[in-house]
Amino acid sequence: MSQFLNAAFWTFVGIEAGIYTIFALGLQIQFGVTGLLNFGHAAFMAIAAYTMAILVVKVEMPLWQASLLAIGAAMLFGLLIGLPTLRLRADYLAITTIAFAEIVRYIALNESALTGGPQGTIALAGGNQIAFYNSSWQSFQGAIQDPVARLFPGELGHDPNFTMLLIIWAVALVLLAVAHHAVRSPWGRVLRSIREDEDAAAALGKNAFSYKLQALVVGAGLGAIAGLFYAFQFSFFSPPDFAPLTTFFAFVIVIIGGVGRIWAVPIGSVIFGIIFAGTRFFTFPPFSWLASADRAYVRLIVIGLILIGLMAFRPQGLLGKKEELTI
Amino acid sequence: MSEFVQLLVNGLVTGSIIAVSAVGLTFMFGILGVVNFAYGDYLTFGAYAAFVANVTLGWPIAFAALFGMAATAALGLGIEFVLWAPMRRRRAGTVSLFIISIGLALVLRDVILLIWGADGRRYNVDVFQVYDFGILRLSASQLATIAIATPAIISVGLMLSRSRLGKAMRALADDRSLAAVSGIDVDRIAKATWIVASALAGLSGLLIGLVQASFDPTTGSTLLLPIFAAVILGGVGSAYGALVGGLALGVAMELSTWDAIFGGLDPVYKPVVAFAALIVVLLIRPQGVFGKARVL
Repeated sequence: MSQFLNAAFWTFVGIEAGIYTIFALGLQIQFGVTGLLNFGHAAFMAIAAYTMAILVVKVEMPLWQASLLAIGAAMLFGLLIGLPTLRLRADYLAITTIAFAEIVRYIALNESALTGGPQGTIALAGGNQIAFYNSSWQSFQGAIQDPVARLFPGELGHDPNFTMLLIIWAVALVLLAVAHHAVRSPWGRVLRSIREDEDAAAALGKNAFSYKLQALVVGAGLGAIAGLFYAFQFSFFSPPDFAPLTTFFAFVIVIIGGVGRIWAVPIGSVIFGIIFAGTRFFTFPPFSWLASADRAYVRLIVIGLILIGLMAFRPQGLLGKKEELTI
Repeated sequence: MSEFVQLLVNGLVTGSIIAVSAVGLTFMFGILGVVNFAYGDYLTFGAYAAFVANVTLGWPIAFAALFGMAATAALGLGIEFVLWAPMRRRRAGTVSLFIISIGLALVLRDVILLIWGADGRRYNVDVFQVYDFGILRLSASQLATIAIATPAIISVGLMLSRSRLGKAMRALADDRSLAAVSGIDVDRIAKATWIVASALAGLSGLLIGLVQASFDPTTGSTLLLPIFAAVILGGVGSAYGALVGGLALGVAMELSTWDAIFGGLDPVYKPVVAFAALIVVLLIRPQGVFGKARVL
């Protein structure tokens, strides 16, 4: 139970919720606002994280430059898969995007010379060398550490994770505010009209295909930013981090919060983070009869049941409007 | 030449497993309009149910196969009662059902992990027993797969073409509203569909566990996208299309590793062949190679 009051633990949960907020915000724009059933969202995260790590380790490019190129690569990938697939019906789009994402993951897993293979980015340099792409980020974070420690005296201000928490949520809030305005702009209204009735939007002279492509690419960029933060935070990643389950989690977040609502994303992410971390505190019967590894399975069962329950009883999520829901 | 024949036969064996499961998935998709992402986990459940019969209870593998089919059919019917039938009554849309099936997949997979753990399991058969047919070598598991999958495929074919139930199922897959107004009891056919499709999933789970020599809780979900590829290749809702699609895909996956074709792909990329086939068919001919042209 002591962990329940442990600030360092909840800081870590907050970091994960922040990364998921940015990740799921991309999906909210694609799926919630525009109605695109993208089931390959994890691929954008993977492409950005790997592009950044490979450029830094193998090309010795500065981290910031590599990160910008990484976001560009993920958006370009979004454009390339969007061009042929966005004409498909929702369920077919879902199957196609998940197939694309699985191809990306298989390449990351098996092209060891390029990606480090199943060992992950630690093997990027080849041979027995341990590869590390993160030193520029850590010195940047170190530079911010001092003012943070002055602002928050005590243990918390000296925890590097707390600085990371502040950085991630600052970025997340800026992105949320931009997305909020974008969705209320004429551009956002066209996206919503496509979700409601694509033919009607087209009849009013809107190029629905082009708008859908824009939504996909913008969402890809957000997924890429989440992938970079994921890489910065953990200093190491490997292909299973980008399995379809990661995309499913983003759907759970969007659906918990509310489909189509921008500010539902951080709320969904925090609730999801608490559910995810909260199963750690299942130290009472019947859960205490289980080994701790088995409690991880219980956590996913709980998340699966929440997803089913929400879709059955409250498909608009906590904040969504029922009238806006066409799924 | 010998390598070609060997790969071809290996492909037909894997393909027949994909084919059997693809028939089940295409029923759900075509007849019930459910894009069932939990289908891979139905396969896994069947593999473990058969494992209980074969290893825990010591039954011979043929009886274990029947037990696995029955158990998975019961599971499928149970889920139809508590989940799909109520959702149908609420007129839930395709996307809602799709997302629900993902929640269901998480629940099934993690319940299996909770009960049986993450380690690989084996059936009580001699996986190292190999029969030599001159240019061709087949393992006991591959022979068992052929011996089990062939009658299963034939009986599904007969059921579809000859029985009243099969005709009603095909009518529903063709046009649901038209079938309903001509007096077909949609709810009853839906339940029958879940039983047949789940039994086929259970059987495929056992077969894939046999052919791969061992299986674990992710075995079924790993096969899910290749099964979807077979369904789409054959045209959604078409059982015969799914059969041919599954066999073609199995052969294509194996032959992709053949040296004579541009030096052959690394075998680790076999699933990618299926994913690529899925994408290409959806983009070029979304009604499937054998499907009728219709608006998708």
